[in-house]
Amino acid sequence: MPQSLKVMARSLLGSLRDLSPAILVVMFFQLVVLQQPLPNLGQLLFGTLLVVLGLTFFINGLEMGLFPVGESLARALARKGSLFWLVAFAFTLGFGTTVAEPALIAVAEEASEIAAQAGVIGSSGQAQESYALGLRLTVAFAVGLAIVIGVVRILKGWPMHWMIAAGYVIVVAITAIAPREIIGIAYDSGGVTTSTITVPLVTALGVGLASSIRGRNPMIDGFGLIAFASLTPIIFVMIYGMVVN
Amino acid sequence: MLWAEILDAFVGTLRDIFPIVTMILVFQFVVIRRPLPGARRVVLGFVYVIVGLSLFLVGLEEALFPLGRLMAKQLTDPSFIFGGIGHIPAIVHWSAYYWVYIFAFAIGFSTTIAEPALLAVAIKARQVSGGAIGIWGLRIAVALGVAVGLALGSYRIVTGLPIHYFIIAGYVVVVIQTMFAPRLIIPLAYDSGGVTTSTVTVPLVAALGLGLAETVPGRNVLIDGFGLIAFASLFPIMSVMAYAQISGFRARRERSRNPEST
Repeated sequence: MPQSLKVMARSLLGSLRDLSPAILVVMFFQLVVLQQPLPNLGQLLFGTLLVVLGLTFFINGLEMGLFPVGESLARALARKGSLFWLVAFAFTLGFGTTVAEPALIAVAEEASEIAAQAGVIGSSGQAQESYALGLRLTVAFAVGLAIVIGVVRILKGWPMHWMIAAGYVIVVAITAIAPREIIGIAYDSGGVTTSTITVPLVTALGVGLASSIRGRNPMIDGFGLIAFASLTPIIFVMIYGMVVN
Repeated sequence: MLWAEILDAFVGTLRDIFPIVTMILVFQFVVIRRPLPGARRVVLGFVYVIVGLSLFLVGLEEALFPLGRLMAKQLTDPSFIFGGIGHIPAIVHWSAYYWVYIFAFAIGFSTTIAEPALLAVAIKARQVSGGAIGIWGLRIAVALGVAVGLALGSYRIVTGLPIHYFIIAGYVVVVIQTMFAPRLIIPLAYDSGGVTTSTVTVPLVAALGLGLAETVPGRNVLIDGFGLIAFASLFPIMSVMAYAQISGFRARRERSRNPEST
């Protein structure tokens, strides 16, 4: 079909355009600032080709799979009218997608090394492992809770900014009493929890929910779930640092 | 060799997506008890997402990451920064690291433009807002926020100032902006903080932060090496609200200039 070929070619070009700034920056610094030759030009070109192809597939798959599923599930659950299942879905989505997140596993391992060096926990491998696991479960719980809070907010139509402002106040208050070593990691853990697969699904959940409840504006009420998911881990990781201390 | 890497990435993506797919199936068939509408297309869509993400990650690992990491290391290397002097001064003036700030800004901007999660949110935002929020407007606003955040975060590592001063000041700015920003943009702005830092940005940023904390005299890797991601998640909130405020302001000025056309 030439029609679908044309669509494919257009989205390939789009992906190439998305990637070109990054390529330009890397080339500029390599050739002009550091004045080094480009190593393995063939590998570089091939890698770029893979990235462009990958981005194209991902975006197409998003619109065919993740978005419709997230929205149809949100609508069906809203129609069902059962708060319990909606909350259960929200929590499982947050917890399940976060606990296995590779970025979080990496951060938790680094954090356990820091804790061992600071003398908070024993330096044995076992103590570090249980600390890292505890941290991962803490963050996953925090994200699960965040999605639940966000979903309840959509149902009730509460204004977002008051809740975020309250979250900020809690973060600031806990920062004052948290051990200094944990602060950097805690602040970072807010950013690493939301992966490339979670974000579209959670966004579709919020928008689907807000558009199937009468009186909710999908723009005002549908977004915001990810914001909660980036804020609660900061609070819970600092609490975890204090409790283990 | 390469095929093994692609296979590895494929298995890794499958493992990431497995809990999500299980959960969706359980809720679809046990709780809702209705077949998935357009199941074939949806399954194909999931296959595309998995294939796409695997290729994307392998490609990054092949092309951009090794070079980016090497660059972060070379740019923070004392022999590059103090090349002419030949020795490292005990107290370093922060301005000696200007190339690092420029690199942080440029790499933050360009990788955010390529971030798939941000593109997903931008597509949804355009659809929901009926086109009022353009895909490119949002992406550029977020990318500028990440760029400024990373440059400032690098400055913090070089100077060794405590991270929470910056974050708390950032919170204050966000709260003040929230009072004046158009209501429609607020939740989206808050969301864009979290979506910016996933697949592309985090590995490069981590290399930059740790490289800086290792080589700047008097910095502790453990205390100063972290925190760049926090900066990259906070500043897009401000830049997206600023984007909405500026475009609202321009629309108002446009209207007041030629009232007949509206």
